[in-house]
Amino acid sequence: MNCHQSETAVNGVKPRKRVALLGMPNAGKSTLFNRITGASAFVGNWPGITVDLLQANVNVNGEAIEFVDLPGIYDLNGFSEDEKVVQQFLNKFAVNFIIIVLNATQIDRQIRLALQIKALGFPAIILLNMADEAKHYGVQIEVDELSQRLAMPTFLMSAKYGKGYGRAYQEIVRQLTTEKPSFQIKNLNEQLLENGSILPLEIEAILAGIVVMPSNFARTFTAKFDSILLHPIFGLPLFFLGMFLVFQLVWNVGLPSMDLMSYITTWIQNFILEPILKVFPLLIQNFVINGIWNGLATVASFVPLIVLFFIVMAISEDSGYLSRAAYLMDALMGSLGLDGRSFVLQMMGFGCNVSALMGTRIMRSKALRLLTMLTITFSLCSARLQVFIFIIAATFPNQNGATVLFSLYILSFIAALGAAFILKGQFPNQEPFVLELPPYRFPTLKQVIMRGWGEVMHFIKRASGFIVFGCVAVWFLTNLPLGATGLNTFGGQLGQFLSPIMQPIGIDPYLTLSLVFGFIAKEVVVGALPVIYGMNADNLTQYITDTVTWTQAYSFCIFCLLYTPCLTTLATLFNESKSWKYAAFSVVFSAVFAWVISFIFYQGSLLLSL
Amino acid sequence: MKTIINNLRMTLSELKPGKLALVQHIETSTETNGLVNRLEGIGIIPNKPIMVLRQAWFGGPLHVRVGSTTEIAIRHQEAKTIHLQPIEV
Ligand SMILES: Nc1nc2c(ncn2[C@@H]2O[C@H](COP(=O)(O)OP(=O)(O)O)[C@@H](O)[C@H]2O)c(=O)[nH]1
Repeated sequence: MNCHQSETAVNGVKPRKRVALLGMPNAGKSTLFNRITGASAFVGNWPGITVDLLQANVNVNGEAIEFVDLPGIYDLNGFSEDEKVVQQFLNKFAVNFIIIVLNATQIDRQIRLALQIKALGFPAIILLNMADEAKHYGVQIEVDELSQRLAMPTFLMSAKYGKGYGRAYQEIVRQLTTEKPSFQIKNLNEQLLENGSILPLEIEAILAGIVVMPSNFARTFTAKFDSILLHPIFGLPLFFLGMFLVFQLVWNVGLPSMDLMSYITTWIQNFILEPILKVFPLLIQNFVINGIWNGLATVASFVPLIVLFFIVMAISEDSGYLSRAAYLMDALMGSLGLDGRSFVLQMMGFGCNVSALMGTRIMRSKALRLLTMLTITFSLCSARLQVFIFIIAATFPNQNGATVLFSLYILSFIAALGAAFILKGQFPNQEPFVLELPPYRFPTLKQVIMRGWGEVMHFIKRASGFIVFGCVAVWFLTNLPLGATGLNTFGGQLGQFLSPIMQPIGIDPYLTLSLVFGFIAKEVVVGALPVIYGMNADNLTQYITDTVTWTQAYSFCIFCLLYTPCLTTLATLFNESKSWKYAAFSVVFSAVFAWVISFIFYQGSLLLSL
Repeated sequence: MKTIINNLRMTLSELKPGKLALVQHIETSTETNGLVNRLEGIGIIPNKPIMVLRQAWFGGPLHVRVGSTTEIAIRHQEAKTIHLQPIEV
């Protein structure tokens, strides 16, 4: 949503051919969708459907075919937001056929979705995914016989490793080249009432004699791992230890990589930019170097670190461990009116709050969703990570850096819980908690590289957009009126105007100014600092070391962590809740919350050192 | 050889870790209507073998295996709506 252009799909008189992917959550639908569509996917807006859908136009035999990735659902009859979206889609838009993606290892239950689609009369093909895992578990399926019983083309394949994909794709092509009119269901809801419920006996009959499932007592690799990682006593400590090690890694690998990047950007500045700029007036030189380049270069220095961070995120999201974390944390989260999934989404928010907010669609209760979304905005996202690394590196002795950083993650988590505790009365809910725990998996190198690459592209988009905008705006504010310097500039005056509020929490007018622009996005804070001080990153670090105490720095970090995340997050809060009141409440609540916590910390530290 | 112990009826919430049972039925009420769909989607349907693997501390959720290849976390409150027939193996 934040990184793709929205396009409106036309529901014209003569639609192109359209294929929809449908399946249960975690069946491997996205992996398959990526394999079919390559990198051409975009987020599209569909009239009458409340969320955007991922789609792509793929050239099949010289004809553009529209592939749409529907949200993962358990049941066509279901009541969650995602399930409603699928119902709306199938009700309103014609499809040439549906690709039903099932996890072959769980065919004993996932076949139900295929039977529902069949009962409704949709043309469909079935792809039994995760053939590799099925083999490993000893699940045996007589695919041809199953295909005949269902009267649907059925293939066993692996979307992740590509095995069997060729044959499945040939079938997709074959289906598309036979001229058949597209299928539009009449009144889905009525049909679902009539044919939508599948009896256990039907499932038994369709699988009888052709599917062999492993023993109920099988001791899989996952089971052995779980006995350690889900241990009643060691489970949670191991979780926090793991987190600590991750941030140790990010810190110890990330910082040297930043030095390398700033070496490169300094070289570019000295040997390319400045010689070129020599012919221009001083003001222009100042604007380009201090207004744009320094800010951008500082933000750019974080790219390797962010890529590393997202690789770690990709591995942990793909591993299946996050749902285990939900299991471990559910008792605590439940007592705060949230549930284990809220915790997982907070963890996903460590990457980017926006995608985590959209992840709340799996929740059925509106109150639980709204409360979870409020807590997600306190998640220390990768943009805030950049601010903190910059400030911590300047104000804390190096060996402690990782620990200080980790403390901010803990604080982010505690703040989320605290907010839930304060607000849970406003958002009471009865949402049941039933969560699938997939087996442990490890992403392929290709999956990891794709993810890292996606993040670099995302970053470049942001950098060329509002990060430059923010830096330029800050430059004007800190250089006008002409001739003024320091606190006499417009920016300085704005900082001073806010100082009755910010001084009690130890934040000076300059840093205040960076926070004002951080409202746009947190990278802008990093970009704005060199612009405000008119220095490059290295000199700035030294300057901050000399002028800002560690308690002021930490107070700044707390405030920056807890006040509004960024404009995109705010827009998403509004989009997902459809309520201005709610979005405005989030802004005010988090600003007050941030101020109070910073105040307690900063004044407390002053009292203690007296 | 599986034998059904007839006069013992229980819910998933009471099933001892490591013991297998067969799902008998899911309790329905107006509020839990959506829940029944979700549970059926996850594979909890009559006659399905089900087993508790472990239980989280502080009254936290159960780690449950449905059939042989699906594992879920489920709270006691929801587990109470699932009625079982214990079996001896
Ligand atoms: N072993 C195996 N894992 C797969 C396969 N396809 C997908 N996965 C993994 O299954 C998980 C869920 O896949 P994803 O595509 O995100 O599922 P979705 O929720 O249906 O979109 C990810 O960790 C994938 O890497 C497969 O064929 N074999």
